[in-house]
Amino acid sequence: MKSLSRRLFTASALAFGLSLSASAQAADIELRFYYPVAVGGPITKIIDEYAAGFEKENPGIKIKPVYAGDYVQTIGKALTAVKGGDAPELAILLAADITSLVDEDAVVPVDDVIKTPADKAWVEGFYPAFMENAKLKGKTYAIPFQRSTPVLYWNKDMFKAAGLDPDKGPKDWNEMRDFAKKLTKKDASGAVTQWGIEIPSDGNSLWLFTGLTTGNGVRINNAEGTKVNFADPKVVEALQYWYDLSKVDGAQPAGLINWGTTPRDFIEGRTAMMWHTTGNLTNVKNNAKFPFGIGFLPGKTQFGAPTGGGNFYFFKGMSAEKQAAALAFVKYMTTPERAADWSTKTGYVATQPAAYETPAMKAYAADFPAAIIARDQLKYAVPEMTVHENQRVTKLANDAIQAVMTGAKPADAALKDAQSEAERVLKDFN
Amino acid sequence: MKTLRMLGRGVEQGAAWLLGLLWLLPLVFAVWTAFHSPAYMAHFSFTAPLTLENFKNAWQAAPFARYFLNTTLLVVGILIAQFTLCTLAAFAFARLPFVGSRLLFALVLIQLMVAPDILLLENYRAIKMLGLMDTLPGIALPYLASAFGIFLLRQTFLTIPKDLEEAARIEGCGPFGTLWRVYVPIARPIYVAYGLVSVSWHWNNFLWPLIITNSVETRPLTVGLAVFASSDQGIDWSVITAATLMTSAPLLIGFLLFQRQFVQSFVRAGIR
Amino acid sequence: MKTLRLSLYGWLMVLPAATLLALFTHIPVVESFVHSFMSTDKPKRPSRFVGLDNYDSLVADPIFWKSLTNNLIYALGSVPLSIAIAMMMALFVNDKLAGRSFLRVAYFTPTILPMIAVANIWIFFFTPDYGLLEQILKPLGLGGNNFLGSNNTALLAVTIVAIWKESGFFMIFYLAALQQISPDLKEAAAIEGAGRFTFFRRVTFPLLMPTTLFVMVNALINAFRVVDHIFVMTGGGPNNATSVLLFRIYEVGFKYFDFGLASAMTVVLLCVLGLVALGQFFALDRRVHYQ
Repeated sequence: MKSLSRRLFTASALAFGLSLSASAQAADIELRFYYPVAVGGPITKIIDEYAAGFEKENPGIKIKPVYAGDYVQTIGKALTAVKGGDAPELAILLAADITSLVDEDAVVPVDDVIKTPADKAWVEGFYPAFMENAKLKGKTYAIPFQRSTPVLYWNKDMFKAAGLDPDKGPKDWNEMRDFAKKLTKKDASGAVTQWGIEIPSDGNSLWLFTGLTTGNGVRINNAEGTKVNFADPKVVEALQYWYDLSKVDGAQPAGLINWGTTPRDFIEGRTAMMWHTTGNLTNVKNNAKFPFGIGFLPGKTQFGAPTGGGNFYFFKGMSAEKQAAALAFVKYMTTPERAADWSTKTGYVATQPAAYETPAMKAYAADFPAAIIARDQLKYAVPEMTVHENQRVTKLANDAIQAVMTGAKPADAALKDAQSEAERVLKDFN
Repeated sequence: MKTLRMLGRGVEQGAAWLLGLLWLLPLVFAVWTAFHSPAYMAHFSFTAPLTLENFKNAWQAAPFARYFLNTTLLVVGILIAQFTLCTLAAFAFARLPFVGSRLLFALVLIQLMVAPDILLLENYRAIKMLGLMDTLPGIALPYLASAFGIFLLRQTFLTIPKDLEEAARIEGCGPFGTLWRVYVPIARPIYVAYGLVSVSWHWNNFLWPLIITNSVETRPLTVGLAVFASSDQGIDWSVITAATLMTSAPLLIGFLLFQRQFVQSFVRAGIR
Repeated sequence: MKTLRLSLYGWLMVLPAATLLALFTHIPVVESFVHSFMSTDKPKRPSRFVGLDNYDSLVADPIFWKSLTNNLIYALGSVPLSIAIAMMMALFVNDKLAGRSFLRVAYFTPTILPMIAVANIWIFFFTPDYGLLEQILKPLGLGGNNFLGSNNTALLAVTIVAIWKESGFFMIFYLAALQQISPDLKEAAAIEGAGRFTFFRRVTFPLLMPTTLFVMVNALINAFRVVDHIFVMTGGGPNNATSVLLFRIYEVGFKYFDFGLASAMTVVLLCVLGLVALGQFFALDRRVHYQ
């Protein structure tokens, strides 16, 4: 009997002690943050390092980074978590997902989260080009983190061999077409051994297409995200130009050009020029055995490029305490130093002018001037298409582009069909 | 006549080998690309230097050690649960008379047609409701009651002569005892065959675990592999083949070592 | 009394499996039907009964019809070929040719490799210009192809990958069946002077019918189930040329979050599988007789 009561005492003492430590743990705020990986390299490791660094500076807050796949899978997970009542606190999602997130009532405006004038200054410190589709109905919903734009890459050796100035990329559509024709090489049997240009057309072809349309001086959607403009003659002209590069000029491969294999095509010397994300810089730099140039995407009447990539979003349903912790983490992740670090390690564009002033970035840019091109292109950049029911409408555009590039439909018919379908989808929002 | 026969045999031999080489091509390519630097990916020259760099990059790109652990736990857990559940159910269907046995068995057979992956949406909701999101049991649960396993085992149990039960009954065994002492040992080849099918299937399952898992602690290898599959930088075949070899190695080695037993167990299982 | 006790044991033993099956197969099937008649849950408009609205949208959706036809073509393309190749492989391995172990491993390896990784390798094979197939076809003057990027070859490419993946698995079943064929039959045929091909046609092939049936049903079901490679290789493109039912269900359900529409599609898929089941049921009945 005596031993039993002693055992009971020890047990309860232990339990009490455990509960004390448990409640001490309970005081720790835990923030789950979903992130996608869209570029190569040890991204998960870098993210984990950042999180650990933050935890060290902020005891009492625990960050749980959740790698969630690519952008599509990540928004999928985030929204299903929201619908299941189990939303994370933060997520890095496509800038273009803003309408879906707001429509599903999943996120809170950044304006509601920030408190001090210093915070406000921080929000205003990002490039306007990136903030353009971080806003909806006058409210800011997102903070830029991993943003990119496509750029033109060219093989300098091939330029020289074709009699072109290796240091000057084409500056408009005419030059791009002419250069591409000059750079296309055929062998004795007439088969092409070297293509002039490759603009990938599979997958999310709308992104690169926005470069062509912006370069023709036309916008694909309105700022409110309620209307699209697929059948505009200038949009049709842009698609026709793209298709003609293969069909008429013979300078681009026929059929769909695969986004994933284009960088390898370029590195292997199968194409002299390519349009691809700036996120590929490090990859090309490490693997290309020839000097290469980076330039703005040539447009018809002006330069133009889409922005892409992901922003931080704050999810609804957080306590004031968690929200403050989340804000601290996002601020930590987007200091100029960290933005510069992230940019140099991944190839994404640094999100603030201040990042380009940091010593680390200056040294990197001095060593590798191509890194600055994407930044300079920002003044011609527009957000990628951001409308309600974004995934659906994007697919309509992609299908139209793919139909044209595979020769299944002419450009005007395909875009007209896409436009009427899109109007049907967006009916409820007008 | 004999020369014709020999010629025929020669053609057959050649065709078999050609098919075999064709079928192995992706694996051969994977081995080539994994052990060479990206520069040699599309150029198959014999003097290209070998490297282990790709494996290092692959290993570092994601916590594969943890993924291996998760997948192993998942697959073993599923196997044990399937063996238990399916054995019990199969025995009940085969030897125990209970009302509604035939109807229930017909209902079980439905799962042969309608695999859990077809019912993605609804199963996702079910797992959520049970609070098992992002857990290994959450991935495993829809697959544990395998109609295929129940079907196989029931078929086998039916062929076991009833008089074998006598010995067990004399010793005073109830249904459980009879099952364990008599039926299970005889059905061993079926367990081996089914086990091998189950392991290889669940080791490589992708879509369902993708939907269910979120964190490193539960993610299996296939989902971990997906981190290479979706890159803005384009497909890096060197790293992805290295990762593929790493993650398939256990199954490949297992099959290489046990292929004869594998086939034999299918033979003895009488799966026709 | 004893039967009652045994009955009880029976129910007890079946209970765990039955519960799980109910939870993850039967109830979801019913739920799919129910949800297909309800609208998708949205913050401003909770889910409500809408009758046949989802089915109307489905009928009006050209991508749905394309996915359905693609799936049928994919099934018709992959099933007979993978069965034929599997049978051939089993015959090769069973015939005691040289390098039998190597052949067995070679044929079965695709089954062991994860589809998500293997699909990337196949992308390389199909890549224009420097892909493996092009490297072989170009010297023959058949180059200039873009298999994954053309409307008429994308589905074919995806089907080829499926056949490659499945055949080895089915081979095992045929192998087991072949080893059950009594060698006496072969001796008898040899004595009667029947050639190898005649033997195959008159004896082997009919005896393999049960296996063929079993394999065929499995292959048909897999044709609706195996979509991993489509995710990686084509993403459903070009312009939905490789979109199949389950892929579209994932797209509509997990990308657009339109659960009502996705449920309706699931119901269609279930009906198709149901037809396959009915077909098997009747064939199985006949099979049982000559067992």
